[in-house]
Amino acid sequence: MEFEGTAFKYGRDVDTDVIIPARYLNSSDPDHLAAHCLEDLDATFVDRVQPGDIIVAEENFGCGSSREHAPIAIKAAGVGVVVAKSFARIFYRNAINIGLPIMECPEAVDAISAGDTVQVDADTGEIRDLTTGRTFQAQPFPPFLQEIINAGGLINRTREKLGVHDA
Amino acid sequence: MARPMTVAEKILAAHAGLDEVQPGQLVECDLDLVLSNDVTTPIAVREFRKIGVPRVFDPQRVVLVPDHYVPNKDIKSAEQAKIVRDFAREQGITHYYEVGCMGVEHALLPEQGVCGAGDLIIGADSHTCTYGALGAFSTGVGSTDAGVGYATGRAWFKVPETMLIRMNGTLKPGVTGKDVILHIIGLIGVDGALYRAIEFAGDAIRSLPMDERLTISNMAIEAGGKAGIIEVDDVTRAYLDGRTERPYTEYHADPDAEYVEVIDIDAADIEPTVAFPHLPSNTRPVREARDVKIDQAVIGSCTNGRWDDMVQAAEVLRGRKVHPDVRCIVIPATQEVYRRCLAEGLAEVFLDAGCALSTPTCGPCLGGYMGVLAAGERAVATTNRNFVGRMGDPESEVYLASPAVAAASAVAGHIALPEDLD
Repeated sequence: MEFEGTAFKYGRDVDTDVIIPARYLNSSDPDHLAAHCLEDLDATFVDRVQPGDIIVAEENFGCGSSREHAPIAIKAAGVGVVVAKSFARIFYRNAINIGLPIMECPEAVDAISAGDTVQVDADTGEIRDLTTGRTFQAQPFPPFLQEIINAGGLINRTREKLGVHDA
Repeated sequence: MARPMTVAEKILAAHAGLDEVQPGQLVECDLDLVLSNDVTTPIAVREFRKIGVPRVFDPQRVVLVPDHYVPNKDIKSAEQAKIVRDFAREQGITHYYEVGCMGVEHALLPEQGVCGAGDLIIGADSHTCTYGALGAFSTGVGSTDAGVGYATGRAWFKVPETMLIRMNGTLKPGVTGKDVILHIIGLIGVDGALYRAIEFAGDAIRSLPMDERLTISNMAIEAGGKAGIIEVDDVTRAYLDGRTERPYTEYHADPDAEYVEVIDIDAADIEPTVAFPHLPSNTRPVREARDVKIDQAVIGSCTNGRWDDMVQAAEVLRGRKVHPDVRCIVIPATQEVYRRCLAEGLAEVFLDAGCALSTPTCGPCLGGYMGVLAAGERAVATTNRNFVGRMGDPESEVYLASPAVAAASAVAGHIALPEDLD
């Protein structure tokens, strides 16, 4: 899968309370969550984000609560991929399980500026900053996780493993 | 002979049906419990339905606790709680806790003997790591993992590296488990244990009663930890024996187990501690925070809503009045704690002091209800997170502290130590 879009750049420890504040957790509707994505960190994000855009952040992205509403909000807002120096582990797990592409690549985070046009190949892990012409290579996923990603998320993989077929 | 292992490695190996595991290894494990609440269950049920199996793997091993926005805070929350209730009835879930029986999940499960040492537990709530204090490997996951857990009773894990935090020496009077864990998070940072299991060890940890140990393990996630385990000892056995509904298993670390990092802390160095906005790692001694005026104090939550916490708060509030500029909200975390507050006179202490005393709920901890903050307001809270907007308006502030410090602050009108009131 390939994405091309504008980079939105944030700092370290972007927590799940700013990704989707708890005052909106009385619903799990993806569109409702997307409408408030990152609202307490960047009030204009929702108005500016376009399908395929890329979030670039420092260490420990998605720390805090286990709310899957956070990666759902980001995905439903149209973000193609999140590139960070590191992810909090529950967010990492949730993103893989629901099929939100994420990548760990400290070099890319240091080099990419907000507003750059960035192209990401989620299959190979190649990140190209089209504004500066620089290319980066993200950490590959272990084969087991790649299997979940290739299946389109944990639910599909579980269905395959259980041999469940639609009636 | 298996390789020497840590407690976390032993529990994961046992549940994966393997003699040994090592850090970095990906394993699929059988789960003892799958837990979720009223915020995370609706998505988990949605994902469970997509899998296409009609029944949960074991209706006695799925635990559903509506606690975040119940008693229902608004119509949408009521609809979410109803999804949990309907699913529990449809599936014959034995561990479903209705309003009137429920408590904050991570206070409720240990108290009711639902979990015990040696268990492998996933919960769609980040503070599921609390049960590490019982010698369990328990960890927070998202709703999709929970939904798959409902269906299969299994989950995938990357075996974490274990870091050992060893605390010897004697804690100063007035220093509680909350001060210990805030001190540790201040030391290692909010990602100091990222992707790792923590083992808390040493004389000073072993000297603490179970309620304070649960507070320490509860906040392992605030350092990024996957689990926060305290090895079983006599305090654990005294707590678990006669309480757990299933037999429990003790796992002890091998003497030559490998730790990715060992941190030694002298217990005598720890002071009553407060975490300033907007990270739990932004800690300072309470004595340096006395100029912070507060509008609200919250005493409760999965971190500090247990019996010992109520006792520590009541000792400070007894015979005193909450400052006229402060709202003090006390929330016993379970019905049992609430009942005991009534039976042993603590409820009267709180009410005489001018506190609001609430039925169990997570409510204000995550800015849900029962004490949401306005712009510019400050709260001292015995909760676990002080991120931007955590307890209300993004312009509000949360300071994390122990029950005794929160109670003293409620009386003083600013962040204070109990001895400041004399």
